[in-house]
Amino acid sequence: MKTTITNTLRKLSRRNEPYIFLVLMLLCVLIEIRSGQFFSSNNLVDIASALVVPGLFAIGAFMVIISGGIDVSFPALASLSVYATTKFLLDMNYQGGVWLAILIALALGAILGAFNGLFIGYFRLPALIVTLGSSSVFKGVMQGALNSKQLTIIPIGMKDFGTSSLFIARNPVSGLTSRMPVAIIAFLVVLFLVYFMMRYTMFGRGIYGIGGSETSAHRAGFGVRNTKFIMYVMVGMIASLAGVMRVCMMQQAHPTNMLGMEMNIIAGVVLGGTAITGGRGTLLGCMLGTLLIVIVENSLILIGVPTSWKSVFTGLLIIIGTGVSAYQVSHMNRVRSAKTPAKEVVA
Amino acid sequence: MAECLLKAVDIYKSFVGVQALKNVSFEIHPGEIHCLAGENGSGKSTLIKIISGVYSPDSGYMEFGGKNYEKITPIDAIQSGIQVIYQDFSIFPNLTVMENLAFNSELADRRKFVNWKRMRQIATEAIAKINFEVDLDALVGSLTVAEKQMIAISRALMFNTKLIIMDEPTTSLTKREVGNLFNIILKLKERGIAILFVSHKLNEVFEISEQFTILRSGELVATGNTSDLDSNKFSYYMTGREFQKKTFIPQHVSEEPIFQAKGIGMQGAFQDVSFDLRKGEIIGITGLLDSGRTELALSMFGIRPIDVGTFLVNGKEVKLSNPQVAMGNKIGYVPEDRLSEGLFLTQSIADNIVISEIDSLANKIGVLDHMSRSAEIERWVKELAIGTPNPDNACQTLSGGNQQRVVLAKWLALNLDILILNGPTVGVDIGSKHDIHEILQKLAEKGLALLIISDDLPEVLENCSRILVMKSGRIVADLDAAQTDEKTILSYMM
Repeated sequence: MKTTITNTLRKLSRRNEPYIFLVLMLLCVLIEIRSGQFFSSNNLVDIASALVVPGLFAIGAFMVIISGGIDVSFPALASLSVYATTKFLLDMNYQGGVWLAILIALALGAILGAFNGLFIGYFRLPALIVTLGSSSVFKGVMQGALNSKQLTIIPIGMKDFGTSSLFIARNPVSGLTSRMPVAIIAFLVVLFLVYFMMRYTMFGRGIYGIGGSETSAHRAGFGVRNTKFIMYVMVGMIASLAGVMRVCMMQQAHPTNMLGMEMNIIAGVVLGGTAITGGRGTLLGCMLGTLLIVIVENSLILIGVPTSWKSVFTGLLIIIGTGVSAYQVSHMNRVRSAKTPAKEVVA
Repeated sequence: MAECLLKAVDIYKSFVGVQALKNVSFEIHPGEIHCLAGENGSGKSTLIKIISGVYSPDSGYMEFGGKNYEKITPIDAIQSGIQVIYQDFSIFPNLTVMENLAFNSELADRRKFVNWKRMRQIATEAIAKINFEVDLDALVGSLTVAEKQMIAISRALMFNTKLIIMDEPTTSLTKREVGNLFNIILKLKERGIAILFVSHKLNEVFEISEQFTILRSGELVATGNTSDLDSNKFSYYMTGREFQKKTFIPQHVSEEPIFQAKGIGMQGAFQDVSFDLRKGEIIGITGLLDSGRTELALSMFGIRPIDVGTFLVNGKEVKLSNPQVAMGNKIGYVPEDRLSEGLFLTQSIADNIVISEIDSLANKIGVLDHMSRSAEIERWVKELAIGTPNPDNACQTLSGGNQQRVVLAKWLALNLDILILNGPTVGVDIGSKHDIHEILQKLAEKGLALLIISDDLPEVLENCSRILVMKSGRIVADLDAAQTDEKTILSYMM
């Protein structure tokens, strides 16, 4: 019994999630001690609400990084598809629910994702180059063809969806209230679907396989090209959904304010233990990493850190976080190389 | 032996202007261990790929299980019972043993969803077939090379396999692991599974195979019973050259040692090691993998500094704390794994040659002088006979032997006094091995002091004047190469 416990502990100590969880808890407790506001119901609801958009983006970025690729185009992709959707619905004076907006955005996201997938999956171009390029193209289309400027009025369906809430949390001390947006359901559904796909379908295991070794995946019989293509289509759809949620929650469509989010999102995914080289990582870790970034971005103000210092903290967190996992990897390698000759003696 | 498992008849294959295979015919019988040998570029891989359906031949046909195929698709090949184990074992280092074992059959069954229970069952059955024990939940990347190979073999056996093709399976295995592999091959043979064993290592061909086929520049040179083959014939078939064994006799050995180690030790690696090295001599250090031989080599080049004892270069004490100091003392080191440690594979051959002397090729204002760069490159390509049409090609286009020469050139360009070589001919084919030995002996005659670390005993015996045998971190014997033999050395090693 004792050995199973130590074994489990040893296994856990080699994974990233426990460390991230520990850091996350430490940070929460620190903020709580300094401010007494962290674990208040309205702050927790605020954090959950702030997680929706980055969380969705992170799920997409996670899939891409697991496959051994990288995607820096998702904010531009999301901006373009949601902007086009909003503008289209405004122009036709659409009065219905949010569903049509989501459907159109998903369709556009699929097309734009297919653009990435075509070049990366079928023409085997490097993902970084392709997505840097497509990011530019998406921005250009938005600014040129759609002549984008801030839309301060959004269709009524999107507006209603953005203001509707599951419940409202009220802080008994300060009297502040926070709404839990319905959008969180979209995030949870996608999270569950992708979790299931990555763990229980051959398609999802194929993404892990491709990230480990593309040649092996090909020889084993995975359709490497199709898998990559479909994956980028999915990522485009998830990113577009995130864009719709963002516009609904912000009650306005701004063409550029999602741009630049990619760095923090990717950092969160890597912080959560996903190997930037592909093949290794869990959705749980990815969510913890993203949550950590979201909390730093939203709650530092509670302990009196001015917002202008936010990026310094995020940056430090990323460096320390990725440094720790890099150290772990090199430490494991050293242990292994020290072990190998010793094994020879025993055998 | 009447019926054939596989018969290849008059196979021709060419790639844009290069005739890779010319008129190759051979047969494999059920339960036979057949060795396919040949130097790099002789067409071995092309032939394997034709048999497994990756390439289709330009002309000729194959007969498998009584059926004629003009060309065979990879699916046909698998369904006919052919499995290939590539050198990289086609594994997923990031996934568990279980998934690595189960993926192929799950995909072959066109499953869409993962049933972890069934996967575990498939994996358990697969490893049981060869009595291989391994933690199914371990990541494959954390296993040893031999264990990865066992996974590849178990996976190949999951289908109704009649022929397993192993592409150079003994590369990077230790002696004991090679022994294990051979036992498994013999067990597979008992079950009637034929093995096509691709190798260019002479001793392995004689130890394991019953039949052999040798290719040279795309042509079949010989095929038949291994018992009709001897080592001279084998080398001749492989290279088309006759070799005379030339045992090295040092000519001008300096009086004073150029390099001395006095009572050096490194924690957990070796203790109390002392020896002298003189100009013009070649010393061999041999021992098992865990004997501390590699750590000793690394300490002499300052990669892993020693804890106790002293090094003397030209009688003066030096602290070899990092490779820069060692290079400053005119010591060079050719690593064991030339591919991962010694070369920038994607860079050009030329750049690899001049990398270590780049400072001395600069002109007065510190800019690289292209004239002297080209002169240096030309000199070394010629001197070491590096086989390349153009030194600006990437290093990875070279064969193993030629890559080893580039590593040598890189160090020799520095005008060294002492050169340490760790496993100088690991993974190099016979012809190149012979050439490298000749180069090393010539270098010693020119007054270089060489130290070869190797567990290839014939190599050590042929090239070294003195042999130090290491065991568990100590030097247990200091032998005169002329008065010892493999048996004596082995008895000290074990």
